[in-house]
Amino acid sequence: MSRYVALFVQPLVALALAPALVGFIRWLKARLQGRRGAPVWQPYFEIRKLFGKEAVVSHTASWLFRATPFIVFGTSVVVASLVPLVIVPAGPLVVGDVFAAVYLLLLGTFFLALAGLDTGSPFGGMGASREMTVVALTEPTVALSIVALALNAGSTNFSQIVARTIAEPAAALGPGHLLAFAALFVVTLAETGRLPVDNPSTHLELTMIHEAMVLEYSGPYLALIEWGAALKLLIFLALAANLFMPWGIAFSLSPVALMIGLVSVIVKLGVLAVAIAVLETRVAKLRLFRVPELLSASFVLALLAVMSTFLVR
Amino acid sequence: MQLFWKIWKTGIVTELLQAGDPAAIEIGRALERRIKRLFGRALAIREVDAGSCNGCELEITGLTSPVYDMERFGMHFVASPRHADMLLVTGPVTRNMEIPLRRTYEAAASPKFVVAVGDCAKTCGVFKDSYAVVGPVDRVIPVDISIAGCPPEPTDILRGILEGLDRFSQKRETTALTLEPVKAVR
Amino acid sequence: MGFGTVALIVMAFGYAGGACLSLVASSDRSARVFTALGAVAGCIGGLAAAVSVLRTRVPVEAVLPNLVSAAGGIVIRLDLLGAFFLALITAVSLPAAIYGTTYMAEYEGRCSLRVFGLMFNAFLLGMSLVPCAANIFTFVLAWELMAVSSYFLVMTDSENSDTQQAGLWYAAMTHLGLVLLLPMFFLMAGGSEATAFADLRTGAATLTAGTRNAVFLLALAAFGSKAGIVPLHVWLPRAHPAAPSHVSALMSGVMIKLGIYGLVRVMFDLMPGGPAWWGGLLLAVGSVSALLGVLYALVEHDLKRLLAYHSVENIGIILIGLGAGSILHGAGLRALATIGFAGALFHTLNHACFKGLLFLGAGSVVQQTHTRNMEEMGGLIKRMPHTALCFLVGSAAIAALPPLNGFASEWLVFQSLLAGTYISRPEIAVGFPIAVGMLALTSGLAAACFVKAFGISFLAMPRSDHAAHARECHWSMRAMMMVLAGSCVVLGLAAPLVIRGINRIIDSVPGLSAGEPLPQSLPLWLTVPNGSAQVSPLLIAVLLGVIALAVLLAIHAGGLRVRRADTWGCGRISQTPRMEYTASAFAEPLRRVFAEVYQPTQDLSISVHPESRYFIQSITYTSHVVPWFEKAFYDPVTRGARALATQIRRLQAGSLHLYLLYVVAALVAALAFAWWSK
Repeated sequence: MSRYVALFVQPLVALALAPALVGFIRWLKARLQGRRGAPVWQPYFEIRKLFGKEAVVSHTASWLFRATPFIVFGTSVVVASLVPLVIVPAGPLVVGDVFAAVYLLLLGTFFLALAGLDTGSPFGGMGASREMTVVALTEPTVALSIVALALNAGSTNFSQIVARTIAEPAAALGPGHLLAFAALFVVTLAETGRLPVDNPSTHLELTMIHEAMVLEYSGPYLALIEWGAALKLLIFLALAANLFMPWGIAFSLSPVALMIGLVSVIVKLGVLAVAIAVLETRVAKLRLFRVPELLSASFVLALLAVMSTFLVR
Repeated sequence: MQLFWKIWKTGIVTELLQAGDPAAIEIGRALERRIKRLFGRALAIREVDAGSCNGCELEITGLTSPVYDMERFGMHFVASPRHADMLLVTGPVTRNMEIPLRRTYEAAASPKFVVAVGDCAKTCGVFKDSYAVVGPVDRVIPVDISIAGCPPEPTDILRGILEGLDRFSQKRETTALTLEPVKAVR
Repeated sequence: MGFGTVALIVMAFGYAGGACLSLVASSDRSARVFTALGAVAGCIGGLAAAVSVLRTRVPVEAVLPNLVSAAGGIVIRLDLLGAFFLALITAVSLPAAIYGTTYMAEYEGRCSLRVFGLMFNAFLLGMSLVPCAANIFTFVLAWELMAVSSYFLVMTDSENSDTQQAGLWYAAMTHLGLVLLLPMFFLMAGGSEATAFADLRTGAATLTAGTRNAVFLLALAAFGSKAGIVPLHVWLPRAHPAAPSHVSALMSGVMIKLGIYGLVRVMFDLMPGGPAWWGGLLLAVGSVSALLGVLYALVEHDLKRLLAYHSVENIGIILIGLGAGSILHGAGLRALATIGFAGALFHTLNHACFKGLLFLGAGSVVQQTHTRNMEEMGGLIKRMPHTALCFLVGSAAIAALPPLNGFASEWLVFQSLLAGTYISRPEIAVGFPIAVGMLALTSGLAAACFVKAFGISFLAMPRSDHAAHARECHWSMRAMMMVLAGSCVVLGLAAPLVIRGINRIIDSVPGLSAGEPLPQSLPLWLTVPNGSAQVSPLLIAVLLGVIALAVLLAIHAGGLRVRRADTWGCGRISQTPRMEYTASAFAEPLRRVFAEVYQPTQDLSISVHPESRYFIQSITYTSHVVPWFEKAFYDPVTRGARALATQIRRLQAGSLHLYLLYVVAALVAALAFAWWSK
């Protein structure tokens, strides 16, 4: 019974942490820019404010526009219950593996792109087109990173991958592991719309990828989409952290293990958030037609990761 | 690496919010208590240039700089009026910008309010009675707060917004000001 | 006579009855009705036969040895594998036939509906007989019946020049397939008179390795050209758009699967146990087909051509599953190989469902908007809501999004590729990851392509008058689309149960089966034998539904205020359809990224005012994407054939004396040969 409870509590924990993660990255970037910046809790205030506003829906939009925020939010929450965050999902109620997680996120992106086209605004169409381009080009890298991980573990099941890395710590420093981590980090930047692929704080529509699709959303719909996007960032960073450096994650439901799991995931997310903030301060956004070059470089990294894993065995 | 060394050496340059000129701020319509509560901590601003000379825009750009840093008060600029809570309007409203300004206002999701920045936005300034101008901003859309000046200082703009939201106390202007003005009205 | 035999007889007579009755029908409307009635009767008979075989696991056999006994007579044997394909054919043909009753109303006056009815039922009869055939003659008879009748169906709209071109290409490629098929069968028979499949099966062991390889290559080419693998797919994007939509649905959803059926039958049933490079070739061909299919679909604006290219892509995915399974089977990992085979067969079924659905939806859209060009559609989600919903379900299914059926079969194919890690050969170590990368890229591009197809066709504002006045289609057409959409959902949610059935089918074929009994799979999860990966589409759907519903209720309880307003366009005065994103613009970034593959031709012509060259009158920019293998391969072949034909035509000089000389020379040569060979 308690396994079922854990299944439902973990996404709630993820939902609670996601805005803080985004706020932390923004706060750190502000400090690196020499200003005080908004407090780390700022995204919570923004989400709360958005729930209090009205939703404006365009005349040209259809039911799909109004359904999309729920689909995006729902898929992010379902994936949050699948991935190893505080506790490794195990037992009878594991609804999916790594492929299921990737394709569920693709479902959310699919509907978000359609919603961008639904309003008839050229900005939305442009955002949808660019987003689908980036997503299509990251798919091979994601699949190969999964393969690299699954090769060692013998399966694409999350608990198996985590258990294998914990059982063989030396493998975590192997070339396959490190290359796959690098590839997955680049994919994280691309899929969650961070620099150098997409600037999350831009105001220029022609430079937007993710933001352009949500220009028409307002009020609670916008709150759901922003929260879903923050949750997606948390999921990707948690995957990068807990699949490659899983020490500290809870396997059992004892309070001590859960506490250690929570603290360790917060620490790992913090480290990755610092890395992202520093990277975003350092690099400039890539021109759209340079992004495929970056993504093919990450594909080559993932391919090398898989081949080196094959050869090392 | 040189970049990070420079960042380290420069440090935080944000200045405390100064007193400025209280006469510059005119709160035309007191905002509803509901709005003050909603936007006390997080405010999304959409800036509209209704035909200004860009002098006010230069000052407004300064708001996002490290020196004035409006993000510390929870305010940030947004690209789409659908995301915005407040319209920051500059310029005398020219005839060509009358409809776009009205559309921007209609596109924003309520509750929302409007702040008019600069003499032009308040009284058309030097362009008063020009053939190309429709009138001050409150001729086109309802204005809640006006900030006079040609152009007004960024401090005044910030204080104007904060006072409208009851997050800034006039009494404190002569003493050393803190970074976090009075907490949002409950 | 058993139930199965009776059902097969009902099927045959249903189709034949439909064909004859529609030919003698008194009016167009009754022709349409008789066509559909015959087709429905035949489909129900066929479906009953197939289901009875699948349930009882006892094959149905029937022999008519006196019919053309010189060729071996008609031998029918419906085993589990054939029954699976027969069920697929009839289950998808049934909605298509009912859809066609009202759909063909717009063709009245443009073509003869009586002949159409005859050809349609003949087509269904041919298709349904192919999985039942158990000797070479029956197989080839059914195959040719299917090919010839489908040619006439493609040429329904024969006044259109595009259709005539399409018909030519289709006829040429189909007969290329036949030309390759016959030698394949004769090589397998090994010169003996015994041509029943049972005899071929036993005789396969006596064939030399060279013969078996030749048979495999001929089978791949012949059945591959029917299935639509690259580079033999060129007829697909021409023929499928030209035919009426429900015929396209059947051709794309069902007929090309018979190519897969033939390949599976020859490779795994009649000649099992081939070398590993067979599987490797299948894998390579499948990966290339999948990727090229989806790449060319991306730049298409003709809705039906886009769907046709996606059929090429999905056949590629099926071949990837078959190839991976074959390699694993050959390496001794038979339990894992069943995942690949199960994924391939399941994808065959799934593709039939969602491709049929998509073509039927495209048909009703094309009927209302009178154009196949996506750039002239738009806003249809408000005017044709049911069609749009069904098309959306089909798009999500083909993009392999959970919890629908496309996701389940692609998951299985991915797992089979992952299982290659247990084989420690360097070519597998390089080949399988590349195949995984190509499959993942394919599915990402397919998702992008269907965002474009659904988004541009159905969403935003109508781009033409026809689209602005489109009305929802007839209820029978809508009902059939909903049946197929429902089947996509059900197949996805109940995937584990369907896989259980498919595993039983796989077990019945020696070349596919694992040899040992597999552990009974769980009813809610798709699993991998000897592995712990699992996915449950049903639970994912339940979780997603619960969360979305909970959030929806919470937001409404908190008081959601919705206001309708104009789309934000930076304050512009009005919004016209010309401001919307176009299909070309949507595909432009990907077109640029893959420019090396597309090699687009560009043509820019600027015409200036006659008075002064500083005043430009018009600028015309055209850009075409012509598939490079057509330029590199088919163009030289057709040019060479034409040159050869021109040379041979010299023999036909027109002079009677020359012809008499030919006759005498041939006679002398024949007499000399007969005297010499005595």
